[in-house]
This record gives sequence, C-alpha cells and structure tokens, in this order.
Amino acid sequence: MSERLIGFSGVSPLIALSMLLLTVGLVLALVRVVRGPTIPDRVIALDFMASLVVGLLLLLGATLELLSIVDIAIVLALIAFLSTVAFASLIERRTREP
Amino acid sequence: MTVLAGLLALIGALLMVIAGIGLLRMPDFYTRMQAAAKAGTLGILLIVAATGLLLGNLSALLHALLVSLFFLLTTPLAAHLLGRAAYLSGIRPLVHEDDLAGQYHQKTHELRSVPHSAPPDRAEALLE
Repeated sequence: MSERLIGFSGVSPLIALSMLLLTVGLVLALVRVVRGPTIPDRVIALDFMASLVVGLLLLLGATLELLSIVDIAIVLALIAFLSTVAFASLIERRTREP
Repeated sequence: MTVLAGLLALIGALLMVIAGIGLLRMPDFYTRMQAAAKAGTLGILLIVAATGLLLGNLSALLHALLVSLFFLLTTPLAAHLLGRAAYLSGIRPLVHEDDLAGQYHQKTHELRSVPHSAPPDRAEALLE
C-alpha cells in the first residue's frame, strides 16, 4: 500500500498516511487561494501552503533518511516567511497616504 | 520508536488538515488567519518532532530543534503583520462592535494606546 503511494519500500504506513493528509490540506489551501475574496486571504493561504510543503519535505527526509532534505525545508520556510512579510508591508504601504 | 514517531506525524498532519478546513470554512479573514496560524504551527511542530525521532541522531535532533524554534518565532510574527496590514487596508472583522475603529492614525498608521475607560482630559494628556 505505502509502497505504491510514494514508490519507496520500507516506509511506515503511518508516515505515508500523514503525507496523504498533508496533500489533502494542500488542496484545501489551494481552493482558498483561488477563491479568496481579498489579497490577505490569498497571502495567508499561500503561507499555509508553504508550511504544508515544509511538512511534506520533512517527512520525505525522514523516510529517505536524508538530512539534506531537512535543510531544504529550512530554506523554504525562511523564503515563505520573508515573502509573507514583504506582502504584508506591500498591502499596508498601498493604503498609506504619501 | 517508529510507531511513536508515526503517531506524532499523523496527529500533526490531522491538525494541518483541520487548519486547512478552517481556512476554507471560516466566515471572515481574521478567523481564517488564526486557524491557519495556530493549528498550522502546532501541526508543523509535531511533524518536526516526528522527523527528529525518526532520524534519531544528534544532528537530526539539532535540526529539528532549529526548525521548531524558527516556526515558533516566525509564524505569529507573519500572522500579526498580515492582520495589521489587512485591518489598515480596510477589511473589517465580523463583529458587532469594532473596538479598533478610529484607533489607528490615518496618515502615520500609529496605534494610539489609550484605554476606553480613561477620562477625556487624561486621554488627551496620554496622546501628547
């Protein structure tokens, strides 16, 4: 079952199920990104999607026993935080009178 | 140990899915934001703990500690900044009485921190 899910034998079925659930969360957040009535809605949904991908990367690193994937997850989290802060300051600056 | 880590990862993933459902179903922006920020943070922390337990060596545990500290620091910060920007750009929360109305300066976006109960002359003195 889990071998067919992510194509790697020896993975615990609980981890495979967790990765499946994280993918479901990714789809839910994507619906909010598409539908979101305002820009901050879309930004917070994108931030949440980034943390879901970080979770997926961490579980992948734990499954493949590769610590470098955890480093990739750290960098992705950093980029997501910086982009969210940049979007927030953009939204706020757009409303401020010069 | 593997089963414990798997259970931690499963609980974390369930929390992330609950946060996603909240992001989809909550009525206004601020409730959506707190769903994604709080439940999402706890979920990712549990997944990080599961990763540290699964890899098991000292380097992986230090990485897990680093990632969890990073998320604990950054997620509330990003949510706060975004909520403030959203309020200043005119999105109103879905409440009967907006206590923040008129508390932000129009031009400088400074928040005046005078309690409502303060008498008017005292409020003026605090604002100077």
